[in-house]
Amino acid sequence: MDNVDGAFLSRRVVAVNNPLLDQLPSYQTLLYRRKSSGSSSTKRRRVSRGRYGSTSSGGGTQDVRGKCAYGRTQDGPSRSTTEHRLARELPLNMAEKRRHKLQLYRDLSGWKQWRSSAGHYLKRMREEGSVVFSSMQLWRTDIHLIEGMFGTGILSYFSFLRFLVLLNFMMFLLIFSFVILPVIVAKRTLFLTVYVFVCMCSEIECSVYPPRSRQGLVVFHQYITDLLSGTGFLEQTYLFYGSYMVESIQFPSFSYSVPIAYLLCTIAYLLLSLLWIVKRYSSVCSVCVSDSFCNKIFAAWDCCITNENAARLKHKSLLYELKTDLEEERIRQKIAERSRQEKCRIYTLRFTLNLFVICVLAACFYAIYIATIFSQQIQAQVKCTCASQQYTFIVALIFEYLPSIVITMANFITPIIFTIIISFEDYSPAFEIRFTLLRCVFMRLASIGVLLFSLWSQIRCPETDCPCGYNKKLYPCWETHVGQEMYKLLIFDFLIIGAVTLFVEFPRKILVNHCDYALVKWLGQQEFAIPHNVLEIIYGQTICWIGAFYCPLLPAINTIKYYLVFYIKKVTLVNNCRPASRPFRASSSTFFFLAVLLIGLVLATVPIIVMSNTHTHTLSTGYCAHYSEHDSVSNTHTHTHTHTHTLSTGYCAHYSNTHTHTHTLSTGYCAHYSEHDSVSNTHTLSTVYCAHYSEHDSVSNTHTHTHTHTHTHTHTHRVLATVPIIVSMTQ
Amino acid sequence: MGNKQTIFTDEQEPYCSLLCRLHGRFHELAPHLVPMDYTDDPDVKIPLTLIVNMPELKENPFRNRIVESFSEDGLGNLSFNDFVDMFSVLSEMAPRELKAIYAFKIYDFNVDNYICKEDLEKTLNKLTKEELTPEEVNLVCEKAIEEADLDGDSKLSFADFENMISRAPDFLRYRTLVTEIIDMWSQA
Repeated sequence: MDNVDGAFLSRRVVAVNNPLLDQLPSYQTLLYRRKSSGSSSTKRRRVSRGRYGSTSSGGGTQDVRGKCAYGRTQDGPSRSTTEHRLARELPLNMAEKRRHKLQLYRDLSGWKQWRSSAGHYLKRMREEGSVVFSSMQLWRTDIHLIEGMFGTGILSYFSFLRFLVLLNFMMFLLIFSFVILPVIVAKRTLFLTVYVFVCMCSEIECSVYPPRSRQGLVVFHQYITDLLSGTGFLEQTYLFYGSYMVESIQFPSFSYSVPIAYLLCTIAYLLLSLLWIVKRYSSVCSVCVSDSFCNKIFAAWDCCITNENAARLKHKSLLYELKTDLEEERIRQKIAERSRQEKCRIYTLRFTLNLFVICVLAACFYAIYIATIFSQQIQAQVKCTCASQQYTFIVALIFEYLPSIVITMANFITPIIFTIIISFEDYSPAFEIRFTLLRCVFMRLASIGVLLFSLWSQIRCPETDCPCGYNKKLYPCWETHVGQEMYKLLIFDFLIIGAVTLFVEFPRKILVNHCDYALVKWLGQQEFAIPHNVLEIIYGQTICWIGAFYCPLLPAINTIKYYLVFYIKKVTLVNNCRPASRPFRASSSTFFFLAVLLIGLVLATVPIIVMSNTHTHTLSTGYCAHYSEHDSVSNTHTHTHTHTHTLSTGYCAHYSNTHTHTHTLSTGYCAHYSEHDSVSNTHTLSTVYCAHYSEHDSVSNTHTHTHTHTHTHTHTHRVLATVPIIVSMTQ
Repeated sequence: MGNKQTIFTDEQEPYCSLLCRLHGRFHELAPHLVPMDYTDDPDVKIPLTLIVNMPELKENPFRNRIVESFSEDGLGNLSFNDFVDMFSVLSEMAPRELKAIYAFKIYDFNVDNYICKEDLEKTLNKLTKEELTPEEVNLVCEKAIEEADLDGDSKLSFADFENMISRAPDFLRYRTLVTEIIDMWSQA
């Protein structure tokens, strides 16, 4: 029995005075039995588990043990004295415990009774709510399946994707409910919608926004071009900034200013993204693993593994992790032992290689810049139908997409270059991986920045004349144009994901499975490269954030895109990829990816802030027009301010279809006002009209220009919801 | 009411069915040994070799040690009480401290109440199926002891172990039907 004694001894030393052990079912049974029956030798064996301080298996009397047991119940110092613990530890059966609890409950005062029952109820509600909530999560079963098959590393990618889908959907809901829905409602109902327009003679040209819809016979493939590049018919939809022309909507009791809603919505969704990311960051942080050897030994084994294959994989991954850590340790020792000469050599090598990396980056950025400029020039040529060469459909599309193509190619080549370079720089393996990723991240996000910069360089004033503050000739509405570029980037990104899956990954799998060449076998089956996939979706999300200001429906498109990407990636994962041979540290990498997402968010806010503050706002479209001058001016604007309102495009097109009787005048104002006249008789407009109607010849041929009306514009404009607009038209 | 020797009461407890299920699992491990009727308090223990073949334990490299830690005789023969204990502690609902106590027992191969270097080496070899070289094993064990040993005796006492494991995520966690049983205890 020495062995047994030894076991008891160890248990006793470890576990004596530990209230936790008393929660074990066997202990409960023991106490219950002791209470309800007398002593017997058969029980002694079970009783003498060493918990009560007895050292021998057979010694002691029942009473002593009993006393010890109850004694401990009462005066153990670490005992908590809540009702629950006491009830739990008493050796009663379930019904008696309930009675005991009820008794304690009745002893409480009324207030405490209510509090304890309310606490219980809330706790239950919370638990059931969390169960319901977790069962309602999007793609729960799919993600469980993926986790079971491929582990937590790849799980982190898919749950990140799910998070982004939800984020985009929330952004879309925000924008829809506060900006798009009121505009739609206003157009369909009899609410008074007010358009404010003023023009000064000298700014005639700035107010012109020639119609963008195609005239005449439209070849079918031009619709496809339009769909893919956001031009043509898409410009008049709610997709782009330029077509939001409603100034404010008069409800019975208040006036809803759509431009302010638009701006506030932008701020709101950026804040929402920030808060959600930070919240996710902190929730991930709570399960962070410390990277010590001890944890790897004691807490590494996943007890839920029941499959032999899974067990084998887990052994392998543990082995790999330990080997990596040992390698790190060895390299750390080696670095500490480096001689000065070696250090010099290493540092100069690193310096030159970093220079090389900078050169590569600069070359890529320059390529993007040139491609963007070239693409813009070609687009301008195509728009001006006087171009001598007409490009074919495919070629024209390629030119439109040239920046996207160059960016994608650069993002494909540079990681390969970086991976090769870093092997010469002699860092520790973990640092190598991180540093390469950092460089790739920089490449991806900076390429968007370069694109925006080159767009800006095109849009801003050419040296010669610049009446409207920006290059009006090429870009009648530059915000729409930026929105179009972002739209194109997004669509192209999605097409590339689909195309790579279809044309690279599936053939590779077929090749590896059916071909016996050594080269092919060396290439091997695809592994799911988590960092690069995550960077891809972060890149897409950054584009969405930047573009959402100019293209309000972009979050919706992005939601659909990520929804489809989930299924594409799942299919390719299940069919084409083998499980990772190297373990992927999900938790520490999740920090990294969330941090990169935050950097993307910050990067996205910069262009928006810069662009909303420059005064080169399109004077002929959208909301900036209103606010470019208003913010700084006081409430009473006389007609000295230069803002003008789009006369053509969008609305005029609408109105030309619906109000035929108004087309004796040109587009723009009168058309609008005829609509308004039917809505409300008091809606009059007085503006200073100039001869800008002469520009609208292309819209309506009956443009008689007999507008001798001089409108005196008394216009008190609402600034930040202070003074309602009064526009009156005198003819 | 009679002689209530077991935790099976004849009250209308919903947990009764769960305990019956657990007993069913116990019974099917050794149908010829385990009785269905506990009124005369039989003293039945299932040997280690049968228990480690349970699907939940089959792939766990420490299955022998786990079963031994919960057995009374230290050799791995479990009675039904021990069986319920084992799954209670391994389930999700057991408190971390309780798990830490049993984890310490499990990793203490020579049962001397300390995790010494030999215990660590055995643990490591079980984890990696002995694919590390002896120098590597030695290095890892040294580093582990260095990290966790607070009192400087180059072996880990329970206090050291508990301190170190408190920083780890969930360990010793099984998702079995026993969660409902533990829930029952916690609501009592």
